[in-house]
Amino acid sequence: MLRLLRQAPLSAKIGIAIVFLNIFAAIFAPIIAPYEETSIVGDVWEVFSGKFYLGTDHIGRDLFTRMMFGARNTIILAFITTFLSFLVGSTLGFIAAVKGSWTDNILSRIIDIIMAFPTLIFALMILSVMGSSVPTLIFTIAILDSTRVYRLSRAVAMDIEVMEFVEAARLRGEGLWWLMRHEILPNAMPPLMAEFGLRFCFVFLFIASLSFLGLGLQPPLADWGGMVRENAGAITFGIYTPLIPAGAIALLTVGVNLIVDWFLHLSSGLHE
Amino acid sequence: MKNLLEIKNLYIEAYYDEQWQPIVRNINLHLKRGEVLGLIGESGAGKSTIGLAAMGFTRQGCRLASGSINLDGTEIKDASAAELKAIRGSKIAYVAQSAAASFNPSHKVIKQYAEAPVHHGLMGYEEAEEEAIELYRRLFLPTPEKIGYRYPHELSGGQLQRSMVAMAMSCKPDIIVFDEPTTALDVTTQIEVLAAVKEITKKMNKAALYITHDLAVVAQVAHRIMVLRNGRLVEEGETCELLENPKEKYTRELLNVRSTRQEKNNSDEMGIILNIKKVSATYTGQENVLDDIDLVVSKGQTVALVGESGSGKSTLARVITGLLPATRGSVTFLGKELPLQLRKREKEDLRRMQMIYQMPDTALNPRQTVRKVIGRPIEFYFGIKGREKDEKIRELLEKIELDPDSYINRMTTELSGGEKQRICIARALAAEPELIICDEVTSALDQLVAEGLLDLLQDLQNKTNVSYLFITHDLATVKAIADKIVIMLKGRIVEQGEKAEVLSPPHHEYTDKLLASVPEMDPNWLDNLLASRASAFI
Amino acid sequence: MKNVLILISKRSIASLLTLFIVSVIIFIGVELLPGDVAETVLGQSATPETVEAFRKELKLDLPPHTRYVAWLKGFVHGDFGNSLANGRPVFELIGWRLSNTLFLAFTTSLIAIPLAICLGMLAALYRNSLFDKFISITTLSFISFPEFFIAYILIAIFSVQLGIFPSLAVIEKHMSFGAKIYAILLPSLTLTCVVTAHMMRQTRAAIINVLASAYIEMAEIKGINRLRIIVHHAFPNSLSPVINVIAVNIAYLIVGVVIVEVVFVYPGLGQLLVDSVAKRDLPVVQASGLIFSFIFIFLNLAADVLSMLSNPKLRQSEI
Repeated sequence: MLRLLRQAPLSAKIGIAIVFLNIFAAIFAPIIAPYEETSIVGDVWEVFSGKFYLGTDHIGRDLFTRMMFGARNTIILAFITTFLSFLVGSTLGFIAAVKGSWTDNILSRIIDIIMAFPTLIFALMILSVMGSSVPTLIFTIAILDSTRVYRLSRAVAMDIEVMEFVEAARLRGEGLWWLMRHEILPNAMPPLMAEFGLRFCFVFLFIASLSFLGLGLQPPLADWGGMVRENAGAITFGIYTPLIPAGAIALLTVGVNLIVDWFLHLSSGLHE
Repeated sequence: MKNLLEIKNLYIEAYYDEQWQPIVRNINLHLKRGEVLGLIGESGAGKSTIGLAAMGFTRQGCRLASGSINLDGTEIKDASAAELKAIRGSKIAYVAQSAAASFNPSHKVIKQYAEAPVHHGLMGYEEAEEEAIELYRRLFLPTPEKIGYRYPHELSGGQLQRSMVAMAMSCKPDIIVFDEPTTALDVTTQIEVLAAVKEITKKMNKAALYITHDLAVVAQVAHRIMVLRNGRLVEEGETCELLENPKEKYTRELLNVRSTRQEKNNSDEMGIILNIKKVSATYTGQENVLDDIDLVVSKGQTVALVGESGSGKSTLARVITGLLPATRGSVTFLGKELPLQLRKREKEDLRRMQMIYQMPDTALNPRQTVRKVIGRPIEFYFGIKGREKDEKIRELLEKIELDPDSYINRMTTELSGGEKQRICIARALAAEPELIICDEVTSALDQLVAEGLLDLLQDLQNKTNVSYLFITHDLATVKAIADKIVIMLKGRIVEQGEKAEVLSPPHHEYTDKLLASVPEMDPNWLDNLLASRASAFI
Repeated sequence: MKNVLILISKRSIASLLTLFIVSVIIFIGVELLPGDVAETVLGQSATPETVEAFRKELKLDLPPHTRYVAWLKGFVHGDFGNSLANGRPVFELIGWRLSNTLFLAFTTSLIAIPLAICLGMLAALYRNSLFDKFISITTLSFISFPEFFIAYILIAIFSVQLGIFPSLAVIEKHMSFGAKIYAILLPSLTLTCVVTAHMMRQTRAAIINVLASAYIEMAEIKGINRLRIIVHHAFPNSLSPVINVIAVNIAYLIVGVVIVEVVFVYPGLGQLLVDSVAKRDLPVVQASGLIFSFIFIFLNLAADVLSMLSNPKLRQSEI
């Protein structure tokens, strides 16, 4: 494992560093942050200083503190959502691939219909009906996202399912659980893990976008997308405060993508 | 006469395990105009690599390390990319193993024929078209004026392969490299392509490298043969000389494989274990892929199910195992009529009928160890766990002649093709079955490995009295192992009976064609066959 | 060919059915709004009389299926009801917004699609070169960035620092074509970055995937040069994935640009939807949701049909 890391290309190392930095900030936010998450400690849009490392926001809260807590809130939310989406999506995808015939048909048609909605529009409509709360947010995005996971895991499982070792297990009389857990899952892991990284990025960006539109995490909780929205007005005055949370979002997704790229390269057998 | 192609002290390296390692070592080769040189060897012998190297082409991850390749005065190894492009296709051309994959599906066959000569500036498109039609005629393609204007997927495998031979000739090259041009074909279509190859090398006086793993095939076309193994030359000689007087042990082994088994006279007396009656099956719901099949397998017997691709022989295996439920008919196993669908069958019935597949690579889960692969059926069927299970696994590994200590903990991906296939046999034996269905179990393996595997199966049958239903397209294998032969064509059984009975005349017309198409080591076999077929038409 | 027609008509019927189900879901979904719609919308000013009038206005007194049929009927005839927020016909509100959204999407695709395909082919041609690595890192970044990040950076550079483009994409009915193009330049540029990156990566991957085929090796062995191999041999066989990714991106340009519209305060349909969601202006939400879904489903259908037709195995000689 360590050897693998040492041999990783520079881009992957940068990616790993970025992701670790973010996780570190998310875990230790309350310890590192100099102020409280929601307390107003200075003037509006103060510039960088020893007191406020990244300046202050539109109502005078410390931006550095808000960034730390924002990392915590957004990353944890995105991670839970992605995890849930994978749990649902890949389980259903595997079942569809192994069972085939009408099980596959019914599941796939339902997924088709959910996928026929444009994702963002669907989320907007659900959130407008249900109102935005953390559980609704997680649930809505996980459901929407699980459709993509379903498609991929079904396709991957189908490719594995036609292999003769699965047929051999079937002929032995093995049940659904064994086929999914012992024959298909271990072989589906590499593409699924890469997909997990990509889906995490997507979910993370999606939550940020919803927050940016004012439909994600609700204030005064700190989250990066919302912070961009709150400070957006500053940009026309030449104050670049909104670029900081926006840049943080960009940095984390680039980091994850760099790792995924490396991983895909590794699991494709080092050809190219 | 001057040599057209001269390769001296050639080394080719491939990059694996994080370093450059030689895969072709010290090869010397020369080829004169009108001469056909056969390169023969098992997989990994480096024969294709040498063939491609003659064109200055190496596959990704390989490089020409040292030595010289002199093509009619040009040193290929030092040639620039532009020089290589000018040479490829025009001075030396290539015929690949799979025509279906080597034709671009988006363009018509004749357009692909004309591409090289037009691109190399040798002639205009219309002229190339005319020449193509003339060549198609010479290579015995049906309706030569029209066939080029079809898309590749509209041609049969044999026709495509012959169009590819024609395409290689399009720039009138001096040398053609044939890389296993008949390996993917059925025996009866193989003849057509061999005849085309012969037409070109003999009548058009072209030099050729003919690469194959099949000695009987190369004997028909080559003047000289080089036997290769692991990238090294084993032996070289004139075809007749080499076949009659092989000097090296390895060559003798290649020549001598397939010793026929001794006859057994135990057939039906031991009792019938599998009885299939009037079975029909379909994939689409319309056309029957199997029609009215009757088949009997007796205890301790090997029944060979023979047919070419598309004959329905593998489908029959799917029907017997229940993967594809028959639409009509019955399957009786050990005196009990089985439900036609797999999921309705009882565990005990599943245990008694096991299957071994063609591709050992896909038949074993790449994420499992040998212990798990063999151990699972033991645990699943007999509920044996822990140390007792381990004992059983070791016993089975010994039965398949693999050392338990060094193999039990290996991942399946760490095994060679032959070893994998042995593990598949062990997995089947672990269930202590009465019948094993073997679906083309040797066709993905090298000749000598396959021979070892057949011996093992024979040995196991003698010890355990298990029956085999042996599905194959290879008549030589059939002759070696079968007690009974069943010949299939287009979903029907055309002939069946005891081996001696089926193999000796009078045959069914199709059986006759099938038997006659199997190449023999005699270098004159193809000429005689073509002559006799030609005279049959007159 | 006959089989293909059957496949295509099957696929079209499935799309129609999906559209029907989607319309039912949108209708029911909005109906499910917690609490009484009338009271929620009217809020403080709700008296029994106003609520009653409001219910009549929304035809909430009729049974659901009757209302659904009436709604759908109205929809087909271009009558989407009236907005709750300002009482104007929804059709009027949406028509102008939709044309703006389509204008932005169309302009962007005109730049982005040819650019992406050319870059994709070049990257495949010079695979593993410095150019390829540079393009790969750049596009990876553009994919990873949230759109508002790209948008704000462009604003910071082009309108705040250089002052050459407006930071707000104000667009009016009477503006000349040139003025309109000038107004939407920054949003269009933002979108171009995002979709080009995506399409280019897919084109490159599709071509490289085909480059592993035996017929490409055959062409190389025939002495054909690399550019011709990419354009003539590889590209025609990678059409199907490329068509798909183009359709996905056009769909994205129409239904996914909400963020960019909000950043540039561009009067598109997406922004209208977000506003209406915030105001709970249900007829507008329903109508724009349905229009978006319709466009989305149609583009997916078009992509599927085109990639079915682009399968080389379907080509037939005349003889």
